[in-house]
Amino acid sequence: MSPATVRRRKRRKAPASNRIGLGLEPYRGLKTTLCAGCGHNSISERIVECFFEMGIDPTQVVKLSGIGCSSKSPAYFLGMSHGFNSVHGRMPSVATGAVLANKNLLALGVSGDGDTASIGLGQFVHMMRRNVPIVYIIEDNGCYGLTKGQFSATADLGSVAKSGIANEQPPIDTCALAVQMGATFVARSFSGDKKQLQTVLKAALSHKGTAVLDVVSPCVTFNDHMGSTKSYKYVRDHKVMLQSIDFVPHFEEIDIQDEFLPGTVREVPLHDGSVLRLEKLEEEYDPTDWLTALDRIELAAQKGQILTGVLFVNTDSPSFTDVLNLDDLPLAQIGQDRLRPPKSALDEVMTELS
Amino acid sequence: MPVREVVNDFSIHVATVNGSGSQSANLILLRAMFEMGIPVSGKNLFPSNIAGLPTWYTIRANKAGFTGRKKEVDILIAMNPQTAQEDVESLEPGCAVIYDEPLRLGDLRRDLHFYPVPFDRITAPVCPVPKLRKLVRNIVYDGVLAWLIDIEMDELRDAIHRQFSTKPKAAALNWNAAVAGYDWARQNLAKRDPFRVERMDGNRGKIIVEGNAASALGAVFGGVSVITWYPITPSSSLAEAAEAYLKRFRIDPETGKATFAVVQAEDEIASIGMAVGAGWAGARSMTTTAGPGISLMSEFVGLAHFAEVPVVVIDVQRMGPSTGLPTRTSQGDFLSAATLSHGDTSHPLLIPATPKECFEFTARAFDVAERLQAPVFVMLDLDLGMNFWTSDKFEYPDWDLDRGKVLTETQIEALQGDWGRYRDIDGDGIPYRTIPGNRHPQAGYFTRGTGHDPDANYSEREDDWIRNMERIKAKMASSGNWLPESLVDDDPNARIAFLAAGTSHEAVRESRSQLELEYRVKTAYCRVRGWPFSRSTEEFIARHDRVYVVEQNRDGQLRELLRRQFPAIHDHLRSIRYYGGMPLDARTITDAVAEKERL
Repeated sequence: MSPATVRRRKRRKAPASNRIGLGLEPYRGLKTTLCAGCGHNSISERIVECFFEMGIDPTQVVKLSGIGCSSKSPAYFLGMSHGFNSVHGRMPSVATGAVLANKNLLALGVSGDGDTASIGLGQFVHMMRRNVPIVYIIEDNGCYGLTKGQFSATADLGSVAKSGIANEQPPIDTCALAVQMGATFVARSFSGDKKQLQTVLKAALSHKGTAVLDVVSPCVTFNDHMGSTKSYKYVRDHKVMLQSIDFVPHFEEIDIQDEFLPGTVREVPLHDGSVLRLEKLEEEYDPTDWLTALDRIELAAQKGQILTGVLFVNTDSPSFTDVLNLDDLPLAQIGQDRLRPPKSALDEVMTELS
Repeated sequence: MPVREVVNDFSIHVATVNGSGSQSANLILLRAMFEMGIPVSGKNLFPSNIAGLPTWYTIRANKAGFTGRKKEVDILIAMNPQTAQEDVESLEPGCAVIYDEPLRLGDLRRDLHFYPVPFDRITAPVCPVPKLRKLVRNIVYDGVLAWLIDIEMDELRDAIHRQFSTKPKAAALNWNAAVAGYDWARQNLAKRDPFRVERMDGNRGKIIVEGNAASALGAVFGGVSVITWYPITPSSSLAEAAEAYLKRFRIDPETGKATFAVVQAEDEIASIGMAVGAGWAGARSMTTTAGPGISLMSEFVGLAHFAEVPVVVIDVQRMGPSTGLPTRTSQGDFLSAATLSHGDTSHPLLIPATPKECFEFTARAFDVAERLQAPVFVMLDLDLGMNFWTSDKFEYPDWDLDRGKVLTETQIEALQGDWGRYRDIDGDGIPYRTIPGNRHPQAGYFTRGTGHDPDANYSEREDDWIRNMERIKAKMASSGNWLPESLVDDDPNARIAFLAAGTSHEAVRESRSQLELEYRVKTAYCRVRGWPFSRSTEEFIARHDRVYVVEQNRDGQLRELLRRQFPAIHDHLRSIRYYGGMPLDARTITDAVAEKERL
């Protein structure tokens, strides 16, 4: 943790209302029904805080999920927003459809490692390939909590299940995949790292395109024991922070008495005018270069590190709704006068066919 | 010269090799005869293959307007060495056979009229580029046939120019080839068969169109805003036609921006998922597919049914099960579409029989889906979707788009926020919904495929579950009110009755005429156009002792749906089924009735 980060933001008590005049309450959801200590609950709390602090209008948010423990969690935050708990592994398509219908909506997808990397791998990949504008959080615990702890596709080789069985299949690294497949914002974090997760999530909310956040989020019931590589202890022991991250929202002045050494801070302007400031803990790292990112992710895997931070950012590629050149008005709000072409158009076609 | 001429009443069968480029030549023939005012249809009987397997194109001309498939061939154009012998052997006596001279078919039979044509020798001088000759020789048979059956050369020329409207060079080349064929035939052949065409006035106000293009236009004029699809025969051309028309008519002229999105998805699960997401978020959304896609969409359709999300699914049916016969027609998805997904589900079907109905029903389907907040299926089939039909012109929709029960910010404010997503306020089982993006703080709700109470809260209570399922059942039972009525042509003197849907219609229509002319049997006819069936369907069945349900599948799926809805009168139902993959023809029905009725 860089002291600079701490210096800039003295922790102030959260104000009673945010920049759009809402208190914290509209950002909360129902009481969680997940296990006490579940990493997913911490992520839900970060979502509540970040949306509140960013002053996002919750009525303009859609929260979508698939099936699994993680996918239940949208009930536990942003109670004012429209939510859609869809089918297992296929939330990306539903989210894609929703943003096609209304490109102004902010789509928040919450999924798990089974939902994303096992059953949902196909849709996950194609969502990224299209650069669908969405913040897609993988609450990654390496197992199926809802069906009593079977391994998912992100479980590490040799990681031991509660039953004592060791995983024999190599994992899919969702972040490496995301970088390769065209996601334009890729980060890994840890549900137990409140500060980093908050910063990363806020930056993702300022990005337009597919933002993938793989958040290691231990399952206290089925995967938090000795031998698991997704336990709280294991993650704390093996977590390596790629960089120290600071985020300056577009509605705040940058008021830093910069004590970083020249050349050690990389500023990444985001789509909404916010700025992501990455203090380089590793000299060579260029987060806009996907080859560097892949290289470093692979190195981390070889070293048994859990590499956290902003792994990759690309603010140049247009999002899917931009590519489709959609009308300024959301498609869902266009009226009959523009949805149904005039009679002359049909007459024209009938003449051609007769 | 023949003793008795047969004018404007025959079928032409063109046998070629798949990939030889005969489609243009066949469309030109079809168009030229259409322009002469003769009712015609063109059906492509093609293999699931890129090149090399046999393919047949049939053109039916019928002055009485019966343009369903005719099983018997009258004129064979034999261009395919692989099938030529078998094609000739299967003909009825008296047919005309135009064949490629080297195939030496003339000695096979004595009871046919053979016309050997040296296609290569005629083609070479008019087509200097050798690699184009394979294509151009097809147009030569157009010219030969034009001479043989009196197709007007002016119409043939116009049809060629229309076919190659963007390629003037190709048009000129092909016209020369047609003339060469015509001249060669005039100088070398002697007409012996009875078949010819004569200008008439049977196509006033008509168009030639494929059902897929008609359905695509229906979507465009029905106000579709999101189309998601995955390529599959025989539905791909529907999505492609829709995209082309949308690009033409639905780009804002001022901003250059689209009032639609068309997405080719990665598979059918994604296409239905996107369509459901878009329907949920307020778009008029649809996807288009065929049987294998329907199977894949099962889970999402169940979700949309249960979570009450409007979405239109167009199923251009092909022969299953499994990959089946991908390029052959069938009505094999009635049951699976009507009850797609696990648990107790049902989904309204709209079943068009003509291109005009493809247009109207597709446009209507969006209204039905948004009214019912449910997935709605439009059931085409390959014969209707991919073949060319003579059709009445489509009428511009005279109704307003029905966007269903949607609450706005103002309405929620008036209710002081007191609303519930699944409350049955009007007693019709149809709840009110809000569209994401609605700015009222109370507008949001949680959509889920799990159990829920009237206010969309998670619930596993048995009373919540049963009440919700009963409400949805009531809603679906009333869905018939929003679907097209059955069309009934009754006759007090009818001895038997027919009931059919979709493309069985043309064959039934003609069979009724055959039964009356050949057996003096009068028939009544009910054509169902939607499921659940309208009340008039029940009354019709009740009035007739023997109702022959005609359909194109093995297991009598339409009859099964009738039996479910009308159990008290199911013993009135008889069944005639054909499932060989060809478009259904009248003779098959007539023969089956004659046998069952001991006529």
